[in-house]
Amino acid sequence: MTEILTGAQALMRSLEIEGVEVMFGVPGGAILPFYDPILDSPVRHVLARHEQGGGHMAEGYAQATGKVGVTVATSGPGATNLITPLADAYMDSVPMVAITGQVPTTAIGNDAFQEAHTWGISMPCTKHNYLVTDVDEIPDTIAEAFHVASTGRPGPVLVDLPKDILTAQMQWHQPGRTNLPGYKPSTHGHARQVSAAIDLVMAANRPVLYVGGGVLKAEGEVELLRFAERANAPVVTTLMARGVFPDSHPLHLGMPGMHGHYTAIRALQEADLVVALGARFDDRVTGDPASFAQRAKIIHVDVDPAEIGKIRVPDVPIVGDARLVIEQLDAALADAQAGSRPEHTAWFEELSVWQRDYPLEYDQTADGPLKQQYVIEELNKLAPDATIVAGVGQHQMWASQFWKFERPRTWINSGGLGTMGYAVPAAVGAQVGVPDKTVIAIDGDGCFQMTFQELITAAIEKIPVKVVLMNNSSLGMVKQWQRLFYDERYSSVDLTTHTPDYVKLAEAMGCVGIRVDSRDDVRPALEKALAVEDQPVVVEVKADPDEMVFPMVPAGASNDDVIARFRDLPGQP
Amino acid sequence: MKHIITVQVENKPGVLARVSSMFARRGFNIHSLTVGPSVEPDQSRMTVVVDGPEMEQIVKQLRKMINTVKVTELAPGEGIEREVILVRVSSSAAQRGELLDAASIFDARAADVGPSSITFEIADSPERCNDFLSLISPYGIIELVKSGRIALRKDGRGESHPGAAAPSGLKAIGS
Repeated sequence: MTEILTGAQALMRSLEIEGVEVMFGVPGGAILPFYDPILDSPVRHVLARHEQGGGHMAEGYAQATGKVGVTVATSGPGATNLITPLADAYMDSVPMVAITGQVPTTAIGNDAFQEAHTWGISMPCTKHNYLVTDVDEIPDTIAEAFHVASTGRPGPVLVDLPKDILTAQMQWHQPGRTNLPGYKPSTHGHARQVSAAIDLVMAANRPVLYVGGGVLKAEGEVELLRFAERANAPVVTTLMARGVFPDSHPLHLGMPGMHGHYTAIRALQEADLVVALGARFDDRVTGDPASFAQRAKIIHVDVDPAEIGKIRVPDVPIVGDARLVIEQLDAALADAQAGSRPEHTAWFEELSVWQRDYPLEYDQTADGPLKQQYVIEELNKLAPDATIVAGVGQHQMWASQFWKFERPRTWINSGGLGTMGYAVPAAVGAQVGVPDKTVIAIDGDGCFQMTFQELITAAIEKIPVKVVLMNNSSLGMVKQWQRLFYDERYSSVDLTTHTPDYVKLAEAMGCVGIRVDSRDDVRPALEKALAVEDQPVVVEVKADPDEMVFPMVPAGASNDDVIARFRDLPGQP
Repeated sequence: MKHIITVQVENKPGVLARVSSMFARRGFNIHSLTVGPSVEPDQSRMTVVVDGPEMEQIVKQLRKMINTVKVTELAPGEGIEREVILVRVSSSAAQRGELLDAASIFDARAADVGPSSITFEIADSPERCNDFLSLISPYGIIELVKSGRIALRKDGRGESHPGAAAPSGLKAIGS
């Protein structure tokens, strides 16, 4: 029997077939036809207060669960508001499908009300995008969009749907097989390359595994642990990979890069072999790329062939899924070792000296200003299993440095694009994805003021996220740069201490508001916040406005010139 | 050194915009780009001439595009290269004879002859086209249009890029 559906109904059904359980969006004129069948569907729709919020929610959901996040917006301003989350998801390889309404096909190109060229605008910040011009193509297009978003190197896919396509009728048909003759993501690595890589691993005396977000996306944590232990190689995890290798593991040196752990930065510089696994030699990791890990041979494993050789030409390139390739590497290494694990004694001795001499440090006095690092460590003790979501800036770096990450998908942040305001909406989306976990946004006051309206969404939808708001009354990271590199000429970084009143603001949005400004109040305040289960909570921490993030590699400088500690700066005692 | 890349793409709306947008976004310079139907009815074929050291990245970024079916690099000498030129050159009645003589050496055809100019058409290798232009330029070129280069691999010069699946490793490109 043939079944006649509208395009909007077919879209809804296609999303259900993909297993979508929740969408984050904002309705509007052109997407209106789609919001009607939502009422009859079991799929939950979370009404965001801003399309950017809806997009980051979808990202947070995807990062917390590994599933494809779905966001919905209308044409014109709805779609343009989605561009930041799309660009963010593209940079950080987050699987996401964005559904946007478009003006009717007859009006496209006529500067119609709420018309924007969404397909063209979103092209450079999506993995792929579609403008659907035939209602019959909806089922196949949605299937293809989810396939592209979730396979190979994941990423955002946008599907733009004109209003008349959503209202047109079609004979329902199940989506067929995807027809993408040029899209065949690699899975296993080439056996000859794997074997060449193992030759380098066997010959190395100072190896480092440089682990990026690709391992996390590929869910390769078990294989990584096995391979690292077999190779007896120290591991560094990038900002996008925190949690994929346990921080408590003795082989873990921490995070490399601009604000990484000193030993992690130095280890890469001094290594004779760097095994890059699902990492892309980002400038925030390499510093000046010409002086990055100069003495090291490079093995580069990536599912995206275009990443290989983009920044650094590797000695052994391997294209493939990180989990599968690590599994291959481990098997080949086991054969090559024939039971004898390398000691790398001299290497580990050197590393342990750096670890001893350059630990992360801060100074929290009993009655001095609150240090963000202290608050993060206290929070970590109280909620070690929480999922942490960060914005962008100093608080993000301290969270990545001082939280002890033990499991994948417990750290969610905006790495590549560096989107301020990411934390609150991404935490809301993450909490929807993992309702039984504690989800905590560690945010800064600058970031918070960009997207806090999504706490209204959270309050109304009873999404009990916790926000620990590090209020240093300034755009702290920008201020730090002005202090260090602009001769302490502070330009447009002061956010003032008193406005807004964050406790009142939290309460006005339907959240619990808590303020803490002294060391001894930190723990009780956090305990109180963690005990709230049916409402979002904002804990405002009156934090030291002068605290800076170290270590630090100045932008563009060599990693050899890392400033390990504040007291290592010229002119400091 | 100019390199030629031929790109087989799915013939879907906007695919040219995708390719040119990628070039712009990544900062790759295009010397010329032509696009037209190919032997497969649902695919188009692009010929892109690029200049610069980023060949390998260009090929990889093209392969990465979802609608790209096949990308082939033609190293210098591996392909038959042609372009079409229409050129209007200033010519008095007295100069007409010598210009037509020059044209016949290059197999260029007079497509239009007017009282003060001749428009030639030439379809040849880029080198021959340029030689012809050099020869007639002293007469005064009034207008010029080039088709952009098209190319096919010469028979027996090896198909080093089977399929669109990304090969593992750098060596696969241009080897």
